[in-house]
Amino acid sequence: MIEDNTNIAKKNFFSFGKRGDTKSKNNMRKRDGLSAVVFLTPTMIIFLTFILFPVIFSFYLSFHEWNMFSSEATYVGIDNYKRMMQSNEFWSVLKNTGIYTIGTVPLNMIVALLVAMALNKKIKGKKFLRTAFFAPVIISPVAAAVIWRWIYDPNYGLLNYGISFFGVGSINWLNDPTAAMFALIIMGVWKTFGINMVLFSAGLAGIPETYYEAADIDGAGKFSKFWHITLPMLAPTTFFIMIMSMISSFQVFDLVYVLTSGGPLGSTKVLVFYVYEYAFKFFEMGYASAVAYVLFVILIILTLLQVRYMKNRVHGAF
Amino acid sequence: MKFIKTLNISKSVLKHIVIYALAFITLAPFVWMILTSLKDMSEIFVYPPQWFPTEFRFDNYSKAFEAAPFGRYYFNSIFIAVTVTFGQLVTCSMAAFAFARLQFPGRNILFYLFLGTMMIPYNVTMIPSFLVLYWLGWIDTYYALIVPGLASAFGTFLLRQFFITIPKELEEAAYIDGATKLQVLRTIIVPLAKPALATLAVFTFMGVFNDFIWALIVINSEDMQTVQLGLAIFRDRYLTQWDLLMAGSVTAVLPILIVFFFAQKYFIQGITLSGLKE
Repeated sequence: MIEDNTNIAKKNFFSFGKRGDTKSKNNMRKRDGLSAVVFLTPTMIIFLTFILFPVIFSFYLSFHEWNMFSSEATYVGIDNYKRMMQSNEFWSVLKNTGIYTIGTVPLNMIVALLVAMALNKKIKGKKFLRTAFFAPVIISPVAAAVIWRWIYDPNYGLLNYGISFFGVGSINWLNDPTAAMFALIIMGVWKTFGINMVLFSAGLAGIPETYYEAADIDGAGKFSKFWHITLPMLAPTTFFIMIMSMISSFQVFDLVYVLTSGGPLGSTKVLVFYVYEYAFKFFEMGYASAVAYVLFVILIILTLLQVRYMKNRVHGAF
Repeated sequence: MKFIKTLNISKSVLKHIVIYALAFITLAPFVWMILTSLKDMSEIFVYPPQWFPTEFRFDNYSKAFEAAPFGRYYFNSIFIAVTVTFGQLVTCSMAAFAFARLQFPGRNILFYLFLGTMMIPYNVTMIPSFLVLYWLGWIDTYYALIVPGLASAFGTFLLRQFFITIPKELEEAAYIDGATKLQVLRTIIVPLAKPALATLAVFTFMGVFNDFIWALIVINSEDMQTVQLGLAIFRDRYLTQWDLLMAGSVTAVLPILIVFFFAQKYFIQGITLSGLKE
């Protein structure tokens, strides 16, 4: 079921621009311009007001100082960016975001790939298992973080009880700076690996069975098959998943807000949280916009890497 | 030979054990949440933790609903999620129809531009979007939670990709019979595009119902709070009242779990099609 959909999606994705153009020009087609305006107006109004204008305006704001209540913003040049570069807090926030990303993405991908591979084999109760692994993805991050706060409770929490069997003493998960980041990463992986499991499953289903059969004839072992067939064939999926996961990790907010509120001692304060604080607690719209733009640039670079890689792949494949 | 066979069986058993153990760990927080929500406080603060309550205390839920107006939060969340979902189905299918079927100058450029906006992160548009709503006087109203969500580049893209796979012959016949474009969209395209519409609906509903940051920014008064925002504030107020907090959490995840149970196919389709993340 999943595999079919990816194929359809891929086919559709790469075929746009080729289909859809009709050469027949009858009378009805001449009025298309007017109809197009009617059909696109609702979407375009929202799009201009809440996407295009904001993107431009926050760029403008990033060169200004403004608390949103005064009537005019003061032009300050690149002061906001300078201030950011000189701010220890900004660098520590960037570092925290980086640690969270480096902590979650590889772990997330390894778990997701292992589970996807297991579900690709003969396993009883596949449907149940897939539902189970996917369930954390769909629930609200707020509720998830509330549940995990209880699990991380230092005295009565399930996790400290669990690790006590392995001889690990009680850890004050949310009040120790190192442990708190760790706690955030564990929860982050739990919350999101189901997405990547689904994507890996689709990727695995796309590897032709004949490759493995040929390898069997050559007497290849399990590990060898994994190393020489599965991994290389999955490379595009893996790259896609990696970039997407990095993009979303860089934007983590809800989980942080509810689990740790950025603490203790700012050890889990991440970029979006920082933007939120400056914009909506201190009302420093200019500075907050500048930070948001830096995040935007980081995400654009990641996205462009993705697009370039996809393009190369497409040229190679067709 | 026999040895190898037993080895294979035990390997398979081992594989099952490992994967089911992992599934158990994944589900444990859910189970723990539900069981805690039914316990008395005296059974919550015990070490080692005990899984099952001696008596199921369903009145934790009514206590939670008394401690905060969860009923009101619920109404707000469902109302907003349903309105946005319905709105998006309408606006996205109209825009998708234009991109898939209508001939007009600059169509492809506009479509690419539109696709490009899918890559713009929320955080960049967040501040000015808030300002727009502030200038409109819509802060702390339903408008603030609904209107910005009434269009979606992702949804338009998803539906457009589906629409172009629908054969044109069906429509040609309708046009000859004198149907308008809106009629064609409503009576021919939409019924055929049900799977894609369902995927979009499920995704939008989930996204809006689970949304937190936007509600946090644009909502101040208790009456206007959504379930997620209400729960986050509830958490600040009842820091260690785990019975009430877990009852609140169950409340906040239940509708989505129910939708997921009935429409799992569409969730997975949506993920596969987009690689979309929250």
